[in-house]
Amino acid sequence: MNARQEQVNAPAVERQPANDGLARAVVGLARRDLRVALRRSGDTLQPLGFFLIVTTLFPLALQPEVSLLRDIAPAALWVGALLASLLALDLLFREDAQDGTLEQLALCGQPLASLVLAKTAVHWLLTGLPLVVVAPLAAMALGVPAAALPAVLAALVLGSVTLSLIGAVGAGLTMGMRRNGSLLAMLVLPLVVPVLIFGARATAFAIGGEAVAAPLYLLGAMAVLAVTLAPFAVAAAVRIGLE
Amino acid sequence: MAWVWFHRFGSPPYFYRVAGRLTPWFAWPALVLCLAGLVWGLGFTPPEWHQGDGFRILYIHVPAAWLSVQVYVVMALAAAVGLIWRMKVAHAVAASCATLGASFTVITLGTGMLWGKPMWGTFWAWDPRLTSELLLLFLYLGYIGLRSGFDDTARADRASAVLAIVGVVDVPIVNYSVVWWNSLHQGPSIIRAGGPAIAVPMLIPLLLMIVGFYCYFAAVLLVRVRGEILRRERNAQWIAEELAAPGAGVGSGGGSGAIAGTFQGASVPNSPAGHARI
Repeated sequence: MNARQEQVNAPAVERQPANDGLARAVVGLARRDLRVALRRSGDTLQPLGFFLIVTTLFPLALQPEVSLLRDIAPAALWVGALLASLLALDLLFREDAQDGTLEQLALCGQPLASLVLAKTAVHWLLTGLPLVVVAPLAAMALGVPAAALPAVLAALVLGSVTLSLIGAVGAGLTMGMRRNGSLLAMLVLPLVVPVLIFGARATAFAIGGEAVAAPLYLLGAMAVLAVTLAPFAVAAAVRIGLE
Repeated sequence: MAWVWFHRFGSPPYFYRVAGRLTPWFAWPALVLCLAGLVWGLGFTPPEWHQGDGFRILYIHVPAAWLSVQVYVVMALAAAVGLIWRMKVAHAVAASCATLGASFTVITLGTGMLWGKPMWGTFWAWDPRLTSELLLLFLYLGYIGLRSGFDDTARADRASAVLAIVGVVDVPIVNYSVVWWNSLHQGPSIIRAGGPAIAVPMLIPLLLMIVGFYCYFAAVLLVRVRGEILRRERNAQWIAEELAAPGAGVGSGGGSGAIAGTFQGASVPNSPAGHARI
């Protein structure tokens, strides 16, 4: 049986072009990460609850007047999203570093940058995308008009991609440390200020009924830059963390 | 062949000796230039028309502000060299830059606040340049925090190098985003299209101060890197030899003998022989 399988497999592997192995590794890793996360959905949903609670705190700390809430809505949404994404970063590498999965990934022969990009993409699917999905709820509670929601959500989609990727660099760098919460925040928050500025600006423009294209383009440009460059930094950080 | 000089700088003993010899060549000009610039700028330059004598804080503020950004670039370059060519000396340079750059940033923020009070009527305004300077300080603090989070120097070196390089890519984006966000600070007035927008009697002492600050930075950096090399290589044979022979390449005369004495005294309990005796 084994011998037969080898006979069947061996030529097939040989005939495959080199890139196919990478695609299979990326897809396999993504499916594995998704499955692990879905079986432990409690952990994955925590940042989401945190986001809703933080945005709820703003009306409680201020007066619940719609005009006032509408003014602070961009700030509340984006600071909430920033902190929630920071909180979620702990899920990205921690477990896999502890049980040796990351070490195997680094040794498997495929480019680590692509593999960590796949991991970060899954992480975004599990923490960034749900945040975008519940954001209308928080936005409506803060008095954001329904007409502004598409632009607000577009800004959150683009911004959360960048947040996940830059955050992944910080998560990789602090992976090996025991207590890294506040250090991670210190590393990541100054770097994501542009996302905060343009995200909040896009949201404010959308609420005010102005054209949102410019900040959205900038958010998109930053997302593209992060997708292309950050994986290499993440891979380097992970390698150092594994030593 | 042309790269031999570069690789020689990668050797800690060579760098240690060259840095020791170079230090006075930067330290003395720094002292002379800063004294001249200060005396000229504070005593002989006429008061500015709008700001009176208040503008004179610029003689500290502007050089510190330039250096606060440029030290970050030096740090990132040194970190990249250390990461790519695995040069320990380059990592030592990057590590020494961090606190220096952070202190220049603090000086810039402090003098800026003192200047802002009489000119803008407030210590702090959410002006783009102030804000990006503050963010730069946070970046330095993050870098220093990351370094101190590792016990192993080699890991701290490489992790902080990655952070410095990511930071240097991000700093321009942060700066532009903050500029587009809000603006109150006066625009650049020395390096700009159409020549400096600052009167010559004010400019000359400023240039003296800027060159003086650069020399000061170079001198302090060299001293700090030597300290860093001593710390990192404390168990190496060449350090014992270097410190045992005062004046041999150290270049600072009588002082080095005393330093060598203290270091030898301190190093005895750490040596294997010392442990064996205990």
